[in-house]
Amino acid sequence: MQYNWDWGILFRDPYIWWLVDGLQWTLTIAICAWVIAFCLGSILGIMRTSINPYLRFIGTAYVELFRNVPLLVQLFLWYFVFPELLPEEAGRWVKREMPMPGFTTTVLALGLYTASRLCEQVRSGIEAVGIGQRNAGRAIGLSETKVYIHILLPNAYRIIIAPLTSEFLTIFKNSSLALTIGVIELTGMTRQIEEYTFQGFEAFTAATVIYSLVTFTVMGFMLHLEKRLYVPGMIAAEK
Amino acid sequence: MILMENVSKWYGSFQVLNGCTTSVSKGEVVVVCGPSGSGKSTLIKTVNGLETIQEGKITVEETIVSNRKTNLNQLRSRIGMVFQNFELFPHMSVLENVKLGQMKVLGRADSESENKAKLLLDRVGLADHAAKFPSQLSGGQQQRVAIARGLAMDPIAMLFDEPTSALDPEMINDVLDVMVELANDGMTMMVVTHEMGFAKKVADRVVFMDEGKIIEDATKDDFFGSPRSDRAQQFLSKILSY
Repeated sequence: MQYNWDWGILFRDPYIWWLVDGLQWTLTIAICAWVIAFCLGSILGIMRTSINPYLRFIGTAYVELFRNVPLLVQLFLWYFVFPELLPEEAGRWVKREMPMPGFTTTVLALGLYTASRLCEQVRSGIEAVGIGQRNAGRAIGLSETKVYIHILLPNAYRIIIAPLTSEFLTIFKNSSLALTIGVIELTGMTRQIEEYTFQGFEAFTAATVIYSLVTFTVMGFMLHLEKRLYVPGMIAAEK
Repeated sequence: MILMENVSKWYGSFQVLNGCTTSVSKGEVVVVCGPSGSGKSTLIKTVNGLETIQEGKITVEETIVSNRKTNLNQLRSRIGMVFQNFELFPHMSVLENVKLGQMKVLGRADSESENKAKLLLDRVGLADHAAKFPSQLSGGQQQRVAIARGLAMDPIAMLFDEPTSALDPEMINDVLDVMVELANDGMTMMVVTHEMGFAKKVADRVVFMDEGKIIEDATKDDFFGSPRSDRAQQFLSKILSY
C-alpha cells in the first residue's frame, strides 16, 4: 500500500480549525440535547412511578415509542417528514426560515430519543429507593410531590450517576449522526479533511483522540461528582 | 380514638383482611400479634391510609380515613409511624431526619425544629449521634431515631409495625425501653409485635390475628391468662414455650 503519512496536516491551517470547529459543534449538540433529555427524561421517569395511572400511561407510551424506533430513522423523520405534517405556514417556516435547521433538528431528535432512555434510568432509580422510603415520607405527612423532592429524587439520582455517565457519553457519540443531515460536526469535519487532503488515517485518528479526550474528561468529572455526593452507606458510591 | 369497623381488603382475589373490627382508645396501648401472613402489618398500615381498604370504615378521631376526600397528608402528620426496616432517609443526617417533617409539613422554623429534634434525640439516648448518617448507626439506634422522627410531629397516636423484628437481640431492649417509656407517658399506641414480654408489660389489650381475621381481642390478662380460641392458645404455647 502506497500511503504518504503526514501527521503535520492536522496542525496546518485550515484543517486544525476545521477540527476545532467540528468539536465545538459536537459539544454544542451533545450539551443541548442532554439538557432536553435530562429534563424531559426526569419528568417522564417521575410520571412512570407516579400513583396516577394516566401519568404512568403517558410515560410508558413515550418510552415505548421513542425507544423502539432507530435513532437514525427518528432523525430522518424529524428532518424530512415532520415539516410536511405541519400546517403549510409552519412547515414552510421550518424548512426555509428556522435558524440552523440541521443543528436544531439533531438537538431535538437526539434529546427526545435520549429522554426515553433517561426516563427508564430515573424510573429504575426511584424504584430502587423503594416503597419503604416512600411510605416513610408519606407517614410523616409529606405530600407526594414533597416525597419526590426531599426523599425519592435525591437518592434516586445518587444511585444512577454511573448509568447517567454512560448516557451522556452515548449522547455525545450519537451526535455524529448529525452529519447525515448536513451538520458538519467533528466526524463531518474529519471526513471533509479526508476528502480535501486524502489523509484519512491521520484525520480519523485525530477524531478518535478528540472523542476519547472528551469522554475521559466527562468520566473524570462524573467520578468527582459521585464522590462529592457520596452518602455513607450508599452502595452506588462505595469505593 | 382509632376505630376500625368491618375492614376488608383484597390483593386481587386474595383476601388479606377479613371483616376486622377493633379500636384503640386515647392513651391505650394495643398490641397486635399473630403468625406471619396473618395481615397484622397490613391492618396497621390501613390506619394512616398507607394501605387502602375495599370495605369497612376506619376513623381516627373525627377523620374518616377510608373516605376518598380525606386529606391523608394532614392525618398522617398527626400519627407517627415506625417501620420494621427503620426507613430513615439515608441522605440526611440523623438530626435532619428528625427535622424534615417538622419543617416541610408543619412549617416550623429551622431553629425550633432543631431544638425539638435535639430534645427528642436526647430522650431516645442518641444526642451524641445527631450529626451522623443513618448507616453509621446500629439497627437499634436507627429505630430509636425513627421513633424520635415520629414523635417530632407531636402525634396523637403512634403506630409501630414490627419495630424490633429486624434487630439483633441485644438491640431489641433499647428500642423496647423507649416504647415502654412512651406507653407509660400515656401515648396512644398500636403495636404489631412478637415481643410478648412487651405486651405483658405495657399493653392494655391484645389483638390476635390469623388469616386476615381478628380472632381474639381481649384485655392483656384475659389474653395471656385464658385465651378463648384454640388458635391463640396454640400460638401462645408455641412462642412462650422457650
